[in-house]
Amino acid sequence: MEPLIQVQELVKVYRLGEVEVHALRGVSLSIERGEFVAIMGPSGSGKSTFMNILGLLDQPTRGQYLLEGMNGEHLSRDELAEIRNQKIGFVFQGFNLLARTSALENIELPLMYARTSTLKRKEMTQQALSAVGLEGRGHHHPSQLSGGEQQRVAIARALVNQPSILLADEPTGNLDSKTSIEIMGIFQRLNGEMKITIIMITHEPDIASFAKRNILFKDGKVIEDR
Amino acid sequence: MTRLFASLRIALRALMVNKMRSALTMLGIIIGVSAVIAMIAIGSGAKQRIAEQIASMGSNLLMVMSGSSTSGGFRGGAGTVPTLTVDDAKAIQTEIPAVKFVSPSITGVAQVVYGNQNWSTVINGTSPEMLEIRGWSLSSGRSFTQQENDGAAKVCILGRTVVENLFGGIDPIGQIVRIKKIPFVVVGVLFPKGQTTWGQDQDDIIFVPLTAAQKRLFGMAFPGMVRSIAVQAWGPEKVKEAEGQITELLRQRHHIQPSQENDFSVRDLTEVMSSAEQSADVMSLLLGAIASISLIVGGIGIMNIMLVSVTERTREIGIRIAVGAKGRDILLQFLIESLVLSLMGGILGIGIGMVGTLILSSFTKWPTLFSIESILLAFLFAGSVGVFFGFYPARKASLLNPIEALRYE
Repeated sequence: MEPLIQVQELVKVYRLGEVEVHALRGVSLSIERGEFVAIMGPSGSGKSTFMNILGLLDQPTRGQYLLEGMNGEHLSRDELAEIRNQKIGFVFQGFNLLARTSALENIELPLMYARTSTLKRKEMTQQALSAVGLEGRGHHHPSQLSGGEQQRVAIARALVNQPSILLADEPTGNLDSKTSIEIMGIFQRLNGEMKITIIMITHEPDIASFAKRNILFKDGKVIEDR
Repeated sequence: MTRLFASLRIALRALMVNKMRSALTMLGIIIGVSAVIAMIAIGSGAKQRIAEQIASMGSNLLMVMSGSSTSGGFRGGAGTVPTLTVDDAKAIQTEIPAVKFVSPSITGVAQVVYGNQNWSTVINGTSPEMLEIRGWSLSSGRSFTQQENDGAAKVCILGRTVVENLFGGIDPIGQIVRIKKIPFVVVGVLFPKGQTTWGQDQDDIIFVPLTAAQKRLFGMAFPGMVRSIAVQAWGPEKVKEAEGQITELLRQRHHIQPSQENDFSVRDLTEVMSSAEQSADVMSLLLGAIASISLIVGGIGIMNIMLVSVTERTREIGIRIAVGAKGRDILLQFLIESLVLSLMGGILGIGIGMVGTLILSSFTKWPTLFSIESILLAFLFAGSVGVFFGFYPARKASLLNPIEALRYE
């Protein structure tokens, strides 16, 4: 069985006016199903670019990215949107919930775009809500929830479509250390009990220590993988 | 279906968040639509009034007027010299198949007295067909009999204005009025027609038998002379045909050489009125066009606000695209939003336009007319303004780059 994620010699070059920025300079690695990976590195090391490519939000300049053996290179915007919807869940540093929209409706969002039936949607949303321990808080709006609770809603949203990978970009960046540990607890449980593959960017070593595998980026290259 | 409903809910929520802004945006459409509704109502009201007046003059009507006099280079107006005769009228009736009714008449102004009241009015000596031709109906009493008409009987039919001025509350039927001191028995009262377009009171009139007018009221130099002949053609398409044939016939009967001018004139009265109707059409088109411009300005307002909204919600759009919204999902969301704005504005505009028009017409006494078509038209126009001006911002939203959109502060 092929690995879940396989990248070979990924290169990403941005043009900022006259200047060419080499965000990735040849990254090769593979990630198996059920792994919990932390990606670390200083800012500008290319880790966010790497995540964007893994999340099919961006395309590499050169190199190959296979997700479940499938190459996303020649797909249209809408086809990529559909794959993101089915296979990838996103958790962001700033939570990125829709304001003035209840937690349940936020969680429901990917299912709306997946054209899931109303009944199924309700059931799956409730499941995701209890997976992050927020039963009974579903009708609160983001402004009525604490930072930790908002991030849990975001995690529930990422989980609701039962994706293959959960991509988290500094999920604890805006949280205090106690709440961060709670969130990491949720990640570990999702990874351990539900066998969800998690790839997480962080620059805090003690957060990274919750993961089973740590990859260190510097200047667009992987310099450590253990 | 559920998706459409969900999109509608998302759109309504987004609009509710900025109530003031949504209301102001809608105001542009409301003003535009209510202006369109009001202008069309006023325009078609005017058109309808003109159509009613055409009907009140009598349909498919031709007036044959006797010719003008010429003495020492001084030319009088049409009808100053009676050149038409009762026999001309009879000839028109019998020889021209396009003609339905013919009624010769002479008119004059005379003082009419009843009791201690008196009134100066138009006396029209004519045959009973005149009522038919000019579209008069009787509100009480009867018309002349043929016998009365031939025998110069002293009977008359009064218009409403005359009745009001002479009789007050008394029933005029059977009463005797004196026209030029000659007693006439009132046999009928006409149903009122109101004013003509040019403000002439059509009800200020008395009909008497032609022969009575000739012999007793307006002594004619030659017996059988009439001032004018009213002719009704069988249908609108026959009017032109009848006009040509009457001219031909009368030239023959009056022995007019090809080089000479007619000593009579034939006028198509409906033509005059239908040109008035056409100008009313042009007027309502013009009013509608001006009102539509304000609707387009309202549409630009929608576009402006939608562009602001797309910019403000860049991050939201980024989130939606990241979790799997396709281009058309985003496009639809914003299109529905602008459509909701414009259609709600349209509904409110229709209401306000109708109320406003009713208030306006109650103050100005302008006739107004609402039609389902004009309301539907305004509503659809508002909707298409929403789609047209909402499309560009919606498309812009659907093409946002998700990475940049998520980073947007």
